[in-house]
Amino acid sequence: MKEVKKSYQIKGMHCASCVLMLEQSLLKVEGVHDARVNLATGKATIDCNPEKVTDYQVTQAVESVGYGVVSKDESDHYQESKNKELQDLKVKICISLFLSGLIVWGSLPGLMGTAPLILQNYWTQLILALPVQFWIGWVFYQATIPALKHRSANMDTLVSLGTTVAFIYSTFITLFPQVVEKVGVQAVPYFDVSTVIISLILVGRFLEAKARAGTSEAIKRLIGLQAKTARVVKDGKEIDIPINEVAVGNIIRVRPGEKIPVDGVITEGESSIDESMVTGESIPVEKTKNDSLIGATINKSGTFLYKATKVGSETMLAQIIKLVEEAQGSKAPIQKIVDRVSSYFVPLVIILAILTFVVWYVFGAQSGFIFALLNSVAVLIIACPCAMGLATPTAIMVGTGRGAERGILIKDAKSLEIAHKINTIIFDKTGTLTKGKPEVTDVIPIQSSKLRVENLLLMAASIEKGSEHSLAEAIVKKAEEDNLKLASVKNFQAVPGHGVAGVIGEQKIILGNRRFMEREKINIDSLRLELDKLEDQGKTVMMLAVAGKLVGLIAVADTLKESAKEAVGKLQRMGIETIIISGDNQKTASAIAKQVGIKRVLAEVLPQDKESEVRKIQQEGKVVAMVGDGINDAPALATADVGIAMGSGTDVAIEAGDITLINGDLNSLILAINLSKKTMRTIKINLFWAFGYNVVLIPVAMGILYPINGILLNPIFASFAMALSSISVVSNSLLLKKARI
Amino acid sequence: MSIDKILVLISGFFGVGFIYWFFLMRKENIVDVKGEVEITVSGGYSPQVISLSKGKLTKISFKRTDASSCLEEVIIPDFKIKKFLPLNQIITVEIIPQKTGEFRYSCGMNMYHGKIIVRD
Repeated sequence: MKEVKKSYQIKGMHCASCVLMLEQSLLKVEGVHDARVNLATGKATIDCNPEKVTDYQVTQAVESVGYGVVSKDESDHYQESKNKELQDLKVKICISLFLSGLIVWGSLPGLMGTAPLILQNYWTQLILALPVQFWIGWVFYQATIPALKHRSANMDTLVSLGTTVAFIYSTFITLFPQVVEKVGVQAVPYFDVSTVIISLILVGRFLEAKARAGTSEAIKRLIGLQAKTARVVKDGKEIDIPINEVAVGNIIRVRPGEKIPVDGVITEGESSIDESMVTGESIPVEKTKNDSLIGATINKSGTFLYKATKVGSETMLAQIIKLVEEAQGSKAPIQKIVDRVSSYFVPLVIILAILTFVVWYVFGAQSGFIFALLNSVAVLIIACPCAMGLATPTAIMVGTGRGAERGILIKDAKSLEIAHKINTIIFDKTGTLTKGKPEVTDVIPIQSSKLRVENLLLMAASIEKGSEHSLAEAIVKKAEEDNLKLASVKNFQAVPGHGVAGVIGEQKIILGNRRFMEREKINIDSLRLELDKLEDQGKTVMMLAVAGKLVGLIAVADTLKESAKEAVGKLQRMGIETIIISGDNQKTASAIAKQVGIKRVLAEVLPQDKESEVRKIQQEGKVVAMVGDGINDAPALATADVGIAMGSGTDVAIEAGDITLINGDLNSLILAINLSKKTMRTIKINLFWAFGYNVVLIPVAMGILYPINGILLNPIFASFAMALSSISVVSNSLLLKKARI
Repeated sequence: MSIDKILVLISGFFGVGFIYWFFLMRKENIVDVKGEVEITVSGGYSPQVISLSKGKLTKISFKRTDASSCLEEVIIPDFKIKKFLPLNQIITVEIIPQKTGEFRYSCGMNMYHGKIIVRD
């Protein structure tokens, strides 16, 4: 049995002796082979046999020595604290808007005439502005002070610097109006500027946080899919136990309408399963004994028992969640440009604000000081590095999440970025374009034999029953589907590379290829025409002879997936070259290629040579995607610019490709390419706005337009624009959720 | 030019020089890490630059003591790690670097930065 590593977050530890005690207690649990506890991280890690050890036993062992295991549900606590934070922010914003509204009423020319005298008083304005600046606006200082200690700066630095300058100047005017009047400056405070900026930026931050929560909805939705309990059958009794206590090998009962708790295989019963939440496939799938099940999918009709094969982090859903989380933490190459700018951005803005002040003061008109002050504050406030920082990651988050909803798993942002440039797709044949399971396609009795189709199939299936060949399996399956009762066979004999022989009743029957017929000296001329035709279609043909005479033939072929032809056609219309690669002979590979409409065929390629074939096509200057099952073509997938693994249900090798299509539907390939195109478009629009915004509006705030048309940007409008800019970037990313792919 | 303008000009000149020196000329203090390191997240990352050995498992624990929402996420893109950092709690990530070089990490908004240097 494979050993697995499990980690638990422990609460209540405070010293090195706790570590020792916990380790000893964990090692006493049967099936735990090693236990390590880390005091610094508060984590216990065990190596154990997953069939023997459940989370419940571990929790018991931890609690027996006086500590606790932080359950997964406590992670919801983070969400709660985040919600509380937003609630507090909302209250502060309301107070801030009210106080700054009063100040604006008492100080805005044109409006102040309607305000009570007390609001027009500078001292009143100072008292109203104080809590906004140092209580509500404390968050900006809270972020600025430690940042300055590290000699780094961020957006909060700009906001606190800008508002503090406006506030201190206004306070000075209120306290010593005669001093500024002496130097020819009108003694008017700007408390409205400092308070409105704080209010608007906080409103922006609140809305942005709300919108950003929407970008991570996909992960929350995936986590929410998980069932909470499982009905395990033990000693003839059915007990509901928490999902994290289900062990591999447990037999679980699932009733209609219930969620399937973990991955497994049906042992009794049958049902129709809705797998859309994991694979994106909207039509329910019929499942019966020995069929595999994916945890978190929904049982639609029947009641059945199944055996758990994968639990905890091993389940398909857990792997999908992990993959999506990892993809959302990765960085798209396009973001490099943002990285380069972001390191210099804030210091550069502060430098520009200083230069603005100097230029306006030294070269400005009479009231140069006020212009210099307000314009430099506007420069500090309007700069919005956040929009640049959010442009790429928010789009990647929504894009990867959207993919996961449709059964398209994207391993990292880089793959998502490259996918839109794909101009050549190489398809592996078996299991990708075809179903990977041979099926009987033709049963042709010879006219003179007067045999019916069923009789021919019955004889062939009876004789093949003893064979283990995959072609034999196809013939027997077809007979079972047609409800044929197989006859008993004597003297069964398998001739490798030729076929099978045996006796039914008194007659000797042989079933095999041309070589077998030639060896047994059986004339096949009467069916040669059909034989050639079927072989040209890429089918494997077997002939049946009874008592030394040919009576008919049976063709077996790996049939095309329903979606193959349509998907290949769509890709070609998108201007993408399609190529088929196969280990089969030229005839078979070409026949399949012809059926799906692919012109370029790479046949008789051994699995180990697929990689070099991919490389050759890349050398033609193509951006190549390789589509395979991810099992025997992993090196080729890794070599391609984008490796796309596809399978169906639990059979898919999730880790093998850059992109994984869980449902095995080739149309998902088109969705993946379209998703990549739409995501890249969103990123480019975001970056255009984020950069364009800063590049255009910072010079306007500096007053560059003033000599031309007298336009200057009031710091209040600057804060409004700044709040809008990051919201617009996040909102644009959220539009991806609604985009048609 | 009046004396006050000359003073503002000179102050501005020094101000620009100071900002450049303060933010853009700071020296990187590289901390050599063997196995485990705790990075305090407050107004940036401390230590900001860590040096690890290639192929060795390293546990990096982040402890955020700064309430600023800007720092509530840490992203180490080359290792595909993105973690929410709850205030005053330790969040540990484990990495086994497979290639040498410099890898940047940042907050969720790409505003604060740190660096992981991987050596042979």
